[in-house]
Amino acid sequence: MSALRAAAVPLAAIVAFLGLWEFIVWANDWPNYKMASPSDLPPAFWKFRWFFVEMSWQTLWRTVAGLGIAVVAGTLLGMAMGFSRIARDALYPLLVGFNAIPKATLVPVIALIFIGQHDFNTVLMAFLISFFPIAVSVGIGLSTLEPEYRDILRSLGASRVTIFWKIALPKTLPEFFGALKVSVTLAFIGTNLVEIVSPHGRGLGALFKSGETNGDYPLMFAVLIALAALGIVLYYAVVVLERIFAGWAERPAQ
Amino acid sequence: MANLIEIKGVTHAYRTAAGPLPVLENLDIAVPEGEFCAVVGPSGCGKSTLTRLVAGLMRPDRGEVWLHGELVRSPRKTVGMAFQNPVMLEWRTVLQNVILPLEIVAPTMPRAEKEARASALLALVGLAGFEHKRPSELSGGMRQRASLCRAIVHRPDVLIMDEPFGALDAFTREDLWQTMHALRAKEPFTAVLITHDLREAVYLGDQVIVLSGRPATTQHIMRVNYPGPRLLDGLYTPECSEMLHVLRDQIRIAQGRDTTEEATT
Repeated sequence: MSALRAAAVPLAAIVAFLGLWEFIVWANDWPNYKMASPSDLPPAFWKFRWFFVEMSWQTLWRTVAGLGIAVVAGTLLGMAMGFSRIARDALYPLLVGFNAIPKATLVPVIALIFIGQHDFNTVLMAFLISFFPIAVSVGIGLSTLEPEYRDILRSLGASRVTIFWKIALPKTLPEFFGALKVSVTLAFIGTNLVEIVSPHGRGLGALFKSGETNGDYPLMFAVLIALAALGIVLYYAVVVLERIFAGWAERPAQ
Repeated sequence: MANLIEIKGVTHAYRTAAGPLPVLENLDIAVPEGEFCAVVGPSGCGKSTLTRLVAGLMRPDRGEVWLHGELVRSPRKTVGMAFQNPVMLEWRTVLQNVILPLEIVAPTMPRAEKEARASALLALVGLAGFEHKRPSELSGGMRQRASLCRAIVHRPDVLIMDEPFGALDAFTREDLWQTMHALRAKEPFTAVLITHDLREAVYLGDQVIVLSGRPATTQHIMRVNYPGPRLLDGLYTPECSEMLHVLRDQIRIAQGRDTTEEATT
């Protein structure tokens, strides 16, 4: 009963939203090339179904690859900042400065440096846009570790590596996954930026662009829905990983 | 009997932006093997620095710390520590928390043996049945009991405690004092207890050392002659009142206040 209700409420909200969308388009009598309505989407999906499968895969693997690199690089940067005062003082202003640059402006820069390397450019952008939250959260997690946590192992002669694996790393995991949830969305934005802007690009962004070029509004809206679906899948993949590795941080329900 | 802990002429200062801040000055403490030494003193007088010195986590500017006839230069595996914060690792079960020191000190010990040792200690402090709970499911007193088990699971020579009961309510604290005596009866160790609670010092200590205000030096050493067995009721005897009174006066002197101040205000 409660499970049924838990599923019914969000489902009803989605149906209501689609109904409202359909109604607004119908009431204003907007043509397809002005605003597509939900009923235009299934035909668009069906017409380009193999494109959707192919392009979704392109977008997905590049986003995940960029995110993977961001996790490794962000964690390493965070460890450097968390363990060394000098590294923190040196890296932090650089990172903040880099993060302040709107990443859209980097697209032409990267495109000029690595001409034609579409896969590489896309993965690079996904990485550049998403490593910052991970680096900061790992850095803060490690540098704010209470001294007692370190002392219980250090007083036994444990090495810094042991203390990192047994205490600092697991203790930082909840913050890490919080940052990863932000990063996964950012990486997705990075992938699409490059896919949309690059000539002869691939991925859902390129499909969106071709819809625009051909004046195919239903296709463009269908891509938006596909992007949302892919984003949700990625986000919940992180949530599942979080449950597995940092589930202990969730307080038992009262 | 040989002294297990010998602190000789220890002087230490922290380097701060406003210049050196002396915390310990020519401190002498001697604890015979198996004895329980309670250390009291005004707030901020350097008591926690003392624990870090004995644990070998830092070295004094001058003077020497000896454990078991060896000069302490770095951390040793024969020390156990407990703090006011029970520092439970929330991602481990209670049992896995207690096992932690064994993973460092005795990595080759079979897992079953580690778990048996930890379970036995948990039973001793009244936590049987809680082995597989998460620390977040335990009360503050229970977490501190588990923390004590972890501090002695590897059979350290020296147990160093920095106000382990400070954050507990009065009755829970008294329960833990009794647990402490139960542990000592089964698991002999030499202990240094930093505390603000004079009753705690008298109830648990074989000797009570009063440190002066910062920079701390040994101001007064009191042998505790507890009336009869260590029962809580003993705290309300004239003998204990007398000892508590002496300690109270010593603290007042350490704080740099006149002993008659309280009477006049």
